[in-house]
Amino acid sequence: MKLLVCVSKTPDTTTKVSFTDGDTAFDTQGVQYIMNPYDEWYALVRALELKESAGGTVTIINVGTADNDAIIRKGLAIGADDAIRVDAAGGSAYFVAKQIAEQAKAGSYDMVFFGKETIDYNGSQIGAMVSEMLDMPFISYATKMDMAGNTATIARDIEGGQEIVEVDTPFVLSAAKGLAEQRIPNMRGIMQAKRKPLNVVPAVAVDEKASIVSYALPPAKSDCRYVDAENMDELVALLHGEAKVI
Amino acid sequence: MAVTENGKATSHTPTTARVDRFRGHDYYNVDDLLETEHILVRDAVRDWVKQEVSPIIEDYSERAANPRHLVKGLAEIGAFGPSLPEKYGCGGMDEISYGLIMQELERGDSGVRSAASVQGSLVMYPIYRFGSEEQRMKYLPKLAAGEFIGCFGLTEPNHGSDPSGMLSNIKDDGDAYILNGAKMWITNSPIADVMVVWAKDEEGVIRGMILEKGMKGLSAPEIHGKWSLRASCTGELVFEDVRVPKANILPGVQGLKGPLSCLSKARYGIAWGVIGAAMDCYDSALRYSMERVQFGKPIAGFQLTQKKLAEMITEITKAQLLAWRLGTLANEGKATPAQISMAKRNNVQMALEVAREARQIHGGMGITNEYPCMRHMMNLETVLTYEGTHDIHLLITGMDVTGINAFK
Repeated sequence: MKLLVCVSKTPDTTTKVSFTDGDTAFDTQGVQYIMNPYDEWYALVRALELKESAGGTVTIINVGTADNDAIIRKGLAIGADDAIRVDAAGGSAYFVAKQIAEQAKAGSYDMVFFGKETIDYNGSQIGAMVSEMLDMPFISYATKMDMAGNTATIARDIEGGQEIVEVDTPFVLSAAKGLAEQRIPNMRGIMQAKRKPLNVVPAVAVDEKASIVSYALPPAKSDCRYVDAENMDELVALLHGEAKVI
Repeated sequence: MAVTENGKATSHTPTTARVDRFRGHDYYNVDDLLETEHILVRDAVRDWVKQEVSPIIEDYSERAANPRHLVKGLAEIGAFGPSLPEKYGCGGMDEISYGLIMQELERGDSGVRSAASVQGSLVMYPIYRFGSEEQRMKYLPKLAAGEFIGCFGLTEPNHGSDPSGMLSNIKDDGDAYILNGAKMWITNSPIADVMVVWAKDEEGVIRGMILEKGMKGLSAPEIHGKWSLRASCTGELVFEDVRVPKANILPGVQGLKGPLSCLSKARYGIAWGVIGAAMDCYDSALRYSMERVQFGKPIAGFQLTQKKLAEMITEITKAQLLAWRLGTLANEGKATPAQISMAKRNNVQMALEVAREARQIHGGMGITNEYPCMRHMMNLETVLTYEGTHDIHLLITGMDVTGINAFK
């Protein structure tokens, strides 16, 4: 089985977000980056588990510049066999999806894994776009997945319950919490990762169809007010008069 | 929720399973001097410590219990002998990676780092460096996998800083030697399967040998009552006519340079390790001082707190640069024992001072197990003394720069 796992680089979860260029770009100054946790902890690890139980290969793909090699190496250290980096400075979700679809077509993969979203832009778009471009079914927000032959049984969380889907390969899947458990790379894996192939390929040309106009931070949280437990009248007055929630 | 004398509830609820909010500190962009592999190594061990060590360490330390279950995880991430060759089940990594592993383990606890230091630098390293190929193949893969726990016996009850005066001795008895004597302050001796022990032969020459648990006449009583490294097991080794087969002698070395070369390895790891303890204390103090409000503003806004924080990060940064340069020299095979002594001495003292200052910033909370500072501080008192005391390392530097021996 040939498995492709798409991984993104995202700012560390503790990053203080700010913008530059008249609020049209994310300020990367001093930002530490990690592999998107949904890609790493769930998509990649589930793919590795499938490989370990049924054989096959796991390839990582990322669209980005050489700065992204660190997170790609981490994926290789965790256990992927090889990696593709589409050499591009980035672009819209459509641009990235086009690049991944091109490589996925060329590699004839049985499954293409994504995290359910990146923790920075939260678009959840690329998996769906890639499935459309590859003309494959797309199962989103998978929390459990079992394989029997070429058929996968996948559980997805839906409002108030679960949906169980059966699908034959090839398909595209996005991974949510529960699909697998985080794996920490060990020293041997890190050393082996240095020797695994990381193929850098040029990007294909794409006509961008959307552009970012501006970003804005959410309004700052207002101060916390303490009200004495004995003084319910004051609490009610504040909730009614100031917070206007009752 | 705790209740005070007057019956009012307080917000302070001591908990041993504190949330680990640690972030690394890199004021001088030392990361830019590291390779991708180094950062991967550091982050992997940092993740492991957050997952496995932080949630349990206060509890084990408080109970003076050894978190022995961590051995398996330490082996799985590759913390035992990471710089020894892959052929023996080790990592084949460079010295900076080894240092960063020690830093992150000690960020969790000096006792956890000590377990990895002893196993890797004091047991696996001498077997690799001075052992026969048979000895290497017999012991190294199992030590790397954590199937064997090792310990190192050099210090004796009456010979600490002066190991050349050791009394432990071996006498030739045909196909074996008969070992007598005692060792003291041996990390992990009560739980060790394999012991690298140093004793004098009949000519008075120091020889290294590998002992195994269960040998007749060998015992390893535990030392109790430590106020430091409480989550680490320490004991004695007592040898009463222990028959050590000649095949267990390390063939590749004679004299004090054998154990001292192991100690150089371990001291190198300590020079990195204590930066982790210091960073943990600084990180906690910085966060606490931003959150703790007195006189209407966070205490981080007061000059005396800022003085402490500024000096702490300055000293940590200097120690990071010293360790990085020492690591670069070690990778080139050029780090001298005296250079290692300087880094060990400087960085341990730095960490101890950072721990004390951080404890002060935490006020009363600093003495509880809700914050790591007091535990690190108590641990670092041991680290200041073991693997060559603070004063002895100073004399090593003194001798190195003057050429005059002030030891005796």
